[in-house]
Amino acid sequence: MAAELVFQKRSKLLGAFTDSWIMIRRSSTHIIRNTDQLLGTFFQPIMFLVLFSSVFGGSISKALPPGIPYLDFLMAGIIVQTVAFGSTTTAVAICNDLQRGIIDRFRSLPMSNLAVMNGHVISDLLRNSMSTIVMLLAGLVIGFRSHASFLEWLMIAGILLLFTLAFSWLAAIVGVVAKSVEAVQWLSFVIVFPLTFASSAFTPTDGMNRYLKAFAENQPISQVIEAVRALILNQPLGNHGWLAVLWSLVMLAIAVPVATYLFSRKSR
Amino acid sequence: MPDKNTDTTAIRVRGLQKSYGSNHVLKGIDLTVQKGTMLALLGPNGAGKTTTVRILSTLLHYDTGEVTIHGYDVAKDADKVRTVIGLTGQSAAVDELLTGRENLIMMGRLYRLTKESATARAEELLQEFDLVKAAERPVKTYSGGMRRRLDLAVSLIAAPPIIFLDEPTTGLDPRSRIAMWDIIRKLMDNGTTILLTTQYLEEADQLADQIIVIDGGKVIAEGTAKELKAKVGKDRLELVFKNANTLRQAEAQLKADVADINPKEYSLTTVLNDTNKDIRGVLDKLATHNIAIDSLAVHKPTLDDVFLSLTGKQTSTDKTANEEEEA
Repeated sequence: MAAELVFQKRSKLLGAFTDSWIMIRRSSTHIIRNTDQLLGTFFQPIMFLVLFSSVFGGSISKALPPGIPYLDFLMAGIIVQTVAFGSTTTAVAICNDLQRGIIDRFRSLPMSNLAVMNGHVISDLLRNSMSTIVMLLAGLVIGFRSHASFLEWLMIAGILLLFTLAFSWLAAIVGVVAKSVEAVQWLSFVIVFPLTFASSAFTPTDGMNRYLKAFAENQPISQVIEAVRALILNQPLGNHGWLAVLWSLVMLAIAVPVATYLFSRKSR
Repeated sequence: MPDKNTDTTAIRVRGLQKSYGSNHVLKGIDLTVQKGTMLALLGPNGAGKTTTVRILSTLLHYDTGEVTIHGYDVAKDADKVRTVIGLTGQSAAVDELLTGRENLIMMGRLYRLTKESATARAEELLQEFDLVKAAERPVKTYSGGMRRRLDLAVSLIAAPPIIFLDEPTTGLDPRSRIAMWDIIRKLMDNGTTILLTTQYLEEADQLADQIIVIDGGKVIAEGTAKELKAKVGKDRLELVFKNANTLRQAEAQLKADVADINPKEYSLTTVLNDTNKDIRGVLDKLATHNIAIDSLAVHKPTLDDVFLSLTGKQTSTDKTANEEEEA
């Protein structure tokens, strides 16, 4: 052997951070190299924004309080919906790793168990942030105007990041449990689609029947949407702000240990 | 706890058992691999080879038994075990979207190598495994043989003293297989301890110091290739003559020693109890009677014979050959 090998002495905690950092770089490289997915990241949100605002805008704006354009109302809903759908990518990536031999490699290395999932979840957070920024810019082009201050925008970013993180960890569970990438796709669809549509994302809940309305107004995604919307429209936050944060924290507190446990048990 | 510096045992397995429900995959495996040697785990599909390797490489829990790698207990010290092993599985465990070099450096970093060290070692391995030209390409563009080479290179990135090779040549074309054998031999020259699983008898015969034959989750034979062959049968001497006349003369002289005779090819076969002594005896006898030999050959029993006599089953290589004939 020609070269002398130099090993780093890392504490367990530092080791876990370094491993996660290495895996974040890996997953981010995947996102950049996966051209199809990258195109989706930019075009899907723009498409949704334009379609929803032009198809529904005329009818729904009649149900909105006077002075609020539909596009401004829609923005919060469509951002949260995009982020929720985007979490599918985490599930697919984790499922892909588990289906292939590479997971055995990672498991046979002296590395942190959590790092593989951390890598996918965090890089997904970056990708979703890009999507959101693209959508906001596209919105500005077609007439979206916010009344939020800089501080309120920081709050919006905070709420969205926390929610995205939590939802990606939930998706991670789907990725670990599902037997194939196809299963991930329909499972995510069946979970995410009803959750984002049975909410106040696209229309006010007034027109829904009693039960649907009760669900749509109180489910976690609606809390996040309402919080972001109130901040964008410069309206009172009410309980939505802290409920959005609380729901996200609860999801995180459940999803991280569950996903990690299932991941370490898988195929043992 | 044995002292790790003087202990010459690299891998020690006693009474290893593993079941999935009522399916007993391993029914008590014992094996020992000395440092710097290669053990081949030979057996047909479903014999329990991969399960054994997965347990030894900390990927799988076992039910009962005792497994020590480099002095560390697999059940209690999995993290320590992981620092001294490298694993090359049946499916190439490399990242498809990363380049060959990126794969090597990433895995090196996960083995806790410094960035500089991982980069330098990656370069060394790319050269050694003939992957320099492909180093900048994503792995998804690699051929099967290149993938396997990269996969093995990745296992070696931190130069672990013990390597598990789980069917490293299954599915490779003959040329890639021989290239892989050369690489494995080089590893052995470096003093790496290797546990190799294979369904190919030839592979075990070519590479391994010791062979363990497993079938149905049990060890059914062990020894060197030579010892295993000796268990099955003796060497045979085949003599070919110029014409039917000399064949008849030879037969008359050798009488009782003749095991088989083929008049069409003017050949006969004798069984050798003591190979060296008996060959000389036969040749001397023919020489004193001026019986000319056209050609001669000593046939040693193959590992295929070993396998067939031990398990009553044909080996996978034979099976594939038969299937191909049928197809």
